[in-house]
Amino acid sequence: MASRVSARQRWRQLPAALALLAPSIVILGAFVVYPLVRAVVLGRQRCGVTGQSCRTVGWGQYGDVFVSQEFQNALWVTVRFALITVPLGLVLGVALAVLAHKPLSGIAVFRTIFSSTVATSVAVASLMWLFLLQPDVGVLANVGWLNELIPTLKRPGLLRDPATALWSVALSSVWAGLGFTFILVTAGLQGIPEDLHEAAAIDGATGSRRFWKITLPLLGPTLLFVVIVLTTRAFQAYGEVDLLTDGGPQPGDTTTTLTYLTYGRDSLIAGDDGLRSTSAVLLFLVLLALSMIQLRLIGRRVHYGSD
Amino acid sequence: MAAERAPRGARLVGRYTLLGIVAFVVLFPVYTTVIGALKPAGKLLQNPLIPDSFTLEVLRDAWTEGRLGRYLLNSAIVAIIVTLAQVVTSVLSGYAFSMLDYPGRGVLFVLFLSTMLVPLEATLVVNRRTIGDLGWLNSYQGLAIPFAATAFGTFLVRQAMLSLPGDLRDAARIDGAGHVAFLRHVAVPLVRPTLGALALFSFLSSWNQYLWPNLITTNQEMNTVQSGLRALRESALQSPNVVMAGTIIAAIPIVIALLVFQKALVRGLTAGAVKG
Repeated sequence: MASRVSARQRWRQLPAALALLAPSIVILGAFVVYPLVRAVVLGRQRCGVTGQSCRTVGWGQYGDVFVSQEFQNALWVTVRFALITVPLGLVLGVALAVLAHKPLSGIAVFRTIFSSTVATSVAVASLMWLFLLQPDVGVLANVGWLNELIPTLKRPGLLRDPATALWSVALSSVWAGLGFTFILVTAGLQGIPEDLHEAAAIDGATGSRRFWKITLPLLGPTLLFVVIVLTTRAFQAYGEVDLLTDGGPQPGDTTTTLTYLTYGRDSLIAGDDGLRSTSAVLLFLVLLALSMIQLRLIGRRVHYGSD
Repeated sequence: MAAERAPRGARLVGRYTLLGIVAFVVLFPVYTTVIGALKPAGKLLQNPLIPDSFTLEVLRDAWTEGRLGRYLLNSAIVAIIVTLAQVVTSVLSGYAFSMLDYPGRGVLFVLFLSTMLVPLEATLVVNRRTIGDLGWLNSYQGLAIPFAATAFGTFLVRQAMLSLPGDLRDAARIDGAGHVAFLRHVAVPLVRPTLGALALFSFLSSWNQYLWPNLITTNQEMNTVQSGLRALRESALQSPNVVMAGTIIAAIPIVIALLVFQKALVRGLTAGAVKG
């Protein structure tokens, strides 16, 4: 198409194109590009609680915040949160999908149940888990025999014990993401040609051998995609922390992730738009590094596949 | 579909038992919340696992005192504005990146795509100030306008339009159709499936927004469902079953919507994964 259009005709299309692009350019410019640039500038400043009266500290603030104990803690909490939720979410999602990948009557009902958590928003899922785990009014803490079995349920409560708080928040997050993973892996399983399994079965390969040698390798691209989505989600997790623990238990900010440090009500830097911008920009850099790694992984796989 | 033959006899019973147990575990948090929402206030903490008493009063309290009705309405209004706006802006820019040819198109497109690398979380501190300066705190436009256009939507529509035959545009031009007429009568009807997927996706992501409504809503009347649940949590200790009921009410519309749109949703979610 392009080759048939002369240079003059191309210039003549420019005004129409800009008019069509204008709405998107205005929105993306005002709410994506400008805030990023502005945040980089604001990140050199400290501000009063009112959000006004900012004074410039300088670029050194980025380094100071990065090496600060609070930021390092949040970064480490976020990494641990990802190291729990991504493998657990992946394994459970694959297990559910394999379990439901059988020609049984009524299997559609189980598939709907297994994918159902995709309907819960982070707030809905987190509140359900809050009432499961909360030590005073929570369900588990008020079941007598369970309570005797696991005393931590009541005192201090899984969400208030520094040893279990992050795991509890992570479990809620895994549960909320399970439906999504299940749907993706199920679709991946359905894309694997049936005759591969039949041929392997005729050659005497057992069920578990077929799973490791055929199913899992062919699921590779799907699993890579799931890992990328789950990792990105883990690094942006906010609602489950905000609703379940408020970044605590304190002292220690045991569940203060990078997003909670930046935006949480109980965060140390809440109210200082300067420091919050510093933290937001550093969060952006962390996520950018993560995206670069992910793009490389995808690129390598595509290259490998086309050989 | 599956290679393995259907199991029989004892193995069949074992298989269903396993499926049943797993289904129960997956639904357990939903089960306990529903039980709690249907119990009268005083009975919540006795036998929390067993539905031994029943009332609809708590659900009614959540709807009126907990303002869930108002929050649902706000969420619906915001999500509809965002969805309509995203479809329109994506069609316009997707068209400009596929059907038109002009100097700088490639550079502009790369710039568009690069905005996808900027996470929401990096922009919201400044966006909250912008919305404050515009006087849009506690308003529908404040909740919706920052999400009225996305590079993702532009990309989706562009891809769909690139797959249309190039002769279409030429034929339409010979017939004297301008850009708007061509868009309305030819291009948009042909990419309708893509627009449906985009609409579903943008509606759900707007409905599920948590951080943004929490940042710019201080007036209870303007809470969306998600920030409303955050506000409701403050009374978790005094009236836990009202909060449980609120959680159930908040979940119901999306459960219904997903049951209706199940096929479309699966298609939309898996498009990226399978084609990779």
